[in-house]
Amino acid sequence: MITVRIPSAMRGLTDGAAHVEVEGMTVREALDALVVRHPALGARLFDDQGKVRRFVNLYVGEDDIRFSEGLDTAVPEGGTLSILPAVAGG
Amino acid sequence: MTTYLQGLTCRECGARYPAEARSACEECFGPLEPTYDLEAIRAAVSRETIAAGPASMWRYQAFLPAERDPEVDLGDGFTPLRRARRLGAELGLPNLYVKDETRNPTHSFKDRVVSVAVTKARELGFETVACASTGNLAHAVAAHAAAAGMDAVTFVPTGLESGKLAATAVYGARLVEVDGTYDEVNRLCGEAADEYPWAFVNVNLRPYYAEGSKTIAYETAEQLGWRAPDHVVVPVASGALLVRVAKAFRDLRAVGLLDEEPSVRVSGAQGVGCSPVATAFAQGADDVRPVRTPTTIARSLAIGDPADGMYALREARESGGAVEAATDAEIVEAVGLLARTEGIFTETAGGVTVAVLGKLAARGVIRPDETVVAYVTGMGLKTLEAYGERFRPAATIRPRLEALAAFLGDGARKGAA
Repeated sequence: MITVRIPSAMRGLTDGAAHVEVEGMTVREALDALVVRHPALGARLFDDQGKVRRFVNLYVGEDDIRFSEGLDTAVPEGGTLSILPAVAGG
Repeated sequence: MTTYLQGLTCRECGARYPAEARSACEECFGPLEPTYDLEAIRAAVSRETIAAGPASMWRYQAFLPAERDPEVDLGDGFTPLRRARRLGAELGLPNLYVKDETRNPTHSFKDRVVSVAVTKARELGFETVACASTGNLAHAVAAHAAAAGMDAVTFVPTGLESGKLAATAVYGARLVEVDGTYDEVNRLCGEAADEYPWAFVNVNLRPYYAEGSKTIAYETAEQLGWRAPDHVVVPVASGALLVRVAKAFRDLRAVGLLDEEPSVRVSGAQGVGCSPVATAFAQGADDVRPVRTPTTIARSLAIGDPADGMYALREARESGGAVEAATDAEIVEAVGLLARTEGIFTETAGGVTVAVLGKLAARGVIRPDETVVAYVTGMGLKTLEAYGERFRPAATIRPRLEALAAFLGDGARKGAA
């Protein structure tokens, strides 16, 4: 089981849930499982080519997946996948 | 005075939201920007009404998303625009000016963004303000929160200059060091903003916060006699300052405060150890690839994943500017150059700006005929560690004239040939 952390700007599409539990070995599998559960999230997370949208950042534990294997980054059993808006800070 | 704010609009997809605390567009996660009734501003604002306003950045309240709160405004902004003749002579730029942001209440341009954000936080009913910071922002948040009687929680990466830490904690703010890079601090704050009832000035209040940066350009135009410069050099951390400066000159024209259409070339400055925007510029790339572990001594610019990086890149490219990077050694030398030519002691980020100014002038990107403004965004006493042994006493002597004479040599005395 993986815990996906949903940012407040997306909770309107998860019936208000801040965390969703899914199964999956990688970020891609976890997100696919999340979208099966909450289909409206699909278009918010991915563009037409299936790439993660420009303004969506993804973290496995403490690590930004752009510094790992992207969507193929492994998520450990019991781990956390966090979704965050990219534009913040500075 | 009134505010002409209409609401928030997504810069990417155009979705509209009321003027509340909100960090991102629900449709596309894009950044949100305040929109204003420009026609009403045009009708209400003139050079005379601005001149009659307070001697702070709030003289431009018509262009800001909140109404001035005198308890929050510490006299923020309205800093000197110095005609930099001696620095200009060194660099071959006869029409050079320096906007001296060391003169702000907490000695960096961050007072501008914080003044707006804390004012807005109070208006929206928050009791606690918070931020992710590389140092200067935490200092500004702590001071303004104290003045407003609000609580402050500030988050910074470990390893910051001691001056910035003390200058934040002294106000009674809760200062939390996070074991990681600025980008990791920022990520934590993004999550925390969903969990705690706090106004994170650069997360859920970022749309308002960023607007404060525009005032640095409004002042520049007013101080130049209501005209825009030809070229500006702006330090790039998140890129928000550069983007707002570029927009601000267009705003002034849109409301009739500038007689001519501004044509400002906008150049950006980064440190070599953290230069994702300069790298993208040099490579001709459209995307800004994040830097995982910044190493520059310009810690206030050490943002590896700049939120407005892509927009800053676009502004620089489309305006005919450039984005260039300076090495640590060049930064320290530029700090010394600015100090000995203009009497302004800047922190490392100002050294980045002045170093890049010099490099772009030497390459002919900045031309001698241009009116140039360099934004020196923070003061040197905050980053003393970075200057190491470079700026030291010339000698240590006994309190005796003979000792002085031995140090100075024979030629220095009155009447010496």
